[in-house]
Amino acid sequence: MSQFSFLLERGHTSRWQFRKIVNSLMLSLTGLQTLLALIPLFWIVGYVILRGGKSINLDFFINNPKPLGEAGGGVLSAIEGTLIVTLLAALFAIPPGVLAAFYAARHPNTPLGVALRFSTDVLSGVPSIVIGLFGYALIVKPQGHYSALAGGISLAIIMLPIIIRTTEEMLKLVPPTLREGSLALGAPEWKTSLSVLFPAALNGIITGFLLGIARAAGETAPLLFTALGNERFDLRMIVCSGLKSHQNIFQIVGRLLEQPIDSLPLTLWQYAQQPYPERVEQSWAVALVLMILVLVINIFTRLCIEARARRLRG
Amino acid sequence: MQKRKAVPEGWLLGRWCRFLKHGDHPWQGLILLMSALTLMLMLAIGWMLWSESSGARLEFGWGFLSTAAKPSWDPVNDEFQAWPFVYGTLLTSLVAILLALPISVGIAVFLAELCPPWLLTPLNWLMELLAAIPSVVNGLWGVFVFLPLVVAPVGIFLGETLGKMPLIGGLFLGPIPASGASRLAAGMVLAIMIIPTIAAVTRDVFLAIPDSQREASLALGATKWETIWQVQIPYGLSGILGAVILGLGRALGETMAVTMVIGNNSGGGLSLLRPGYTMASIIANEFAEAVTKLHSQALIEIGFVLFIMTLLLNTIARLLVWRVARRTPHETRA
Repeated sequence: MSQFSFLLERGHTSRWQFRKIVNSLMLSLTGLQTLLALIPLFWIVGYVILRGGKSINLDFFINNPKPLGEAGGGVLSAIEGTLIVTLLAALFAIPPGVLAAFYAARHPNTPLGVALRFSTDVLSGVPSIVIGLFGYALIVKPQGHYSALAGGISLAIIMLPIIIRTTEEMLKLVPPTLREGSLALGAPEWKTSLSVLFPAALNGIITGFLLGIARAAGETAPLLFTALGNERFDLRMIVCSGLKSHQNIFQIVGRLLEQPIDSLPLTLWQYAQQPYPERVEQSWAVALVLMILVLVINIFTRLCIEARARRLRG
Repeated sequence: MQKRKAVPEGWLLGRWCRFLKHGDHPWQGLILLMSALTLMLMLAIGWMLWSESSGARLEFGWGFLSTAAKPSWDPVNDEFQAWPFVYGTLLTSLVAILLALPISVGIAVFLAELCPPWLLTPLNWLMELLAAIPSVVNGLWGVFVFLPLVVAPVGIFLGETLGKMPLIGGLFLGPIPASGASRLAAGMVLAIMIIPTIAAVTRDVFLAIPDSQREASLALGATKWETIWQVQIPYGLSGILGAVILGLGRALGETMAVTMVIGNNSGGGLSLLRPGYTMASIIANEFAEAVTKLHSQALIEIGFVLFIMTLLLNTIARLLVWRVARRTPHETRA
């Protein structure tokens, strides 16, 4: 009997050792997998910085593109275009997004509230190219021409779910006592929402706006058939000629919005496909600008959220 | 009574204010309207694509998507069959999922169970940054760096080994183009892009698993890995499945990066190592220069099919993830 128990004991320990080895092997494998997934991040960021940094200079930011084949020139039109289209998208997406978020935060369990959260989730999964087609069918086709307006609306649809989601989360974080206190003092619901809940959650809500803007600024597909791209877009000329002919601000803005417009991601895409090496080099520089824009906004918002979470906790 | 008669205007104002609940009724109406508009947006996208593609639907019917022999895409003769693009989309997304799933689950396990707290925040950040890189930048890097350095050698290797095998050889029929532009390239770039999505959702699923499950397994003498593999993964399986489907939805609709690396050529047959098209990339390539009305309608119909596919996948994924989140509190209580 003692023999058997000895064997059993030995078999047991070796089995146990095997399990321990498997354990440490698989656990360290998960760490390796995490590293593996981070390689592309560092590779992309590093390579874009190195290669894009070479062809970036002041010219790049203050000049319009030169004709094909000539060296030099910049992407001013694309920078202006990105600003205009993204701002436009923010204007279209933020007010309805925030109001819908008030509804979702106030009535989370009504059928409409559940449907709203569900549809924002689903909307954020709709392919951006499909949204581009929608923007084309909704605005470009009836109007008969590509325009910055169509691009802005398409990007607004991309931003909308992000804004609703983050605003809703942030409104839910506001302590209910604030709301109850305001209501108990006799303030109506709308005043409570706008002058108590909204300011209390404002920091978080703004980070949501920024995340949405960062996402929209990097999107290409929705702009392909809406904003189209326009190398000759010249903000200064439109504004100056508008002022000279005594147009009011609405007419000038109208003229800005009714023509096709460039944006950084669109320019990158077009330049990367061209056979001219100087254009390809410029597309790396555009990638650098775009990446810095998007990553800086993201890092900044993460810092804000982190700081806020720490304050709420501590 | 006396007071009211003295100031009739104020009385009227009071009635009016009470009628509007001091502005609450308009406010409720406003936020209700905005919510309803957001809901309608989904329907509007669907309806718009449906009605804009009516001509193509009437012309081709279900044959548009049929897998039948000799699919053709000929804008000059108005002959459109979309099956090769659907195939390209499904194949590249499948490759992306197969590559991304094991890595993402590993990352999720590391982030949720093992990671020391000081490393957690930076790692979560880096994952989010990876997700935030614009797709077109990914594509540019893919074309000029990733394809020649990684995809082309891998493709040659696959073509020489798996391509010679009897049953699955057709899938790996080489040679891969020298530039590396192929469906394999699209799958690999997509995998990089969907890893953060799948990892983040899977991590949340792991975090939602109640501690009682872990503790029970560890108390029975299981190692940490056995706890993860035999207890936590089965417990969170539907959530992980949801994460995969979510990633699949992302992969199906991804446009720019795929368009840049897939080679955009419809003569690729079935092989993974040949260039092809996906549904999104054919739209991105041809829509702005659509030749005929039927051509653009056929492209919109492809967009409609893509929309429906991602809609279904996202709905299923959200339901699965919600189920894990909803089931968990009850079980902790019990």
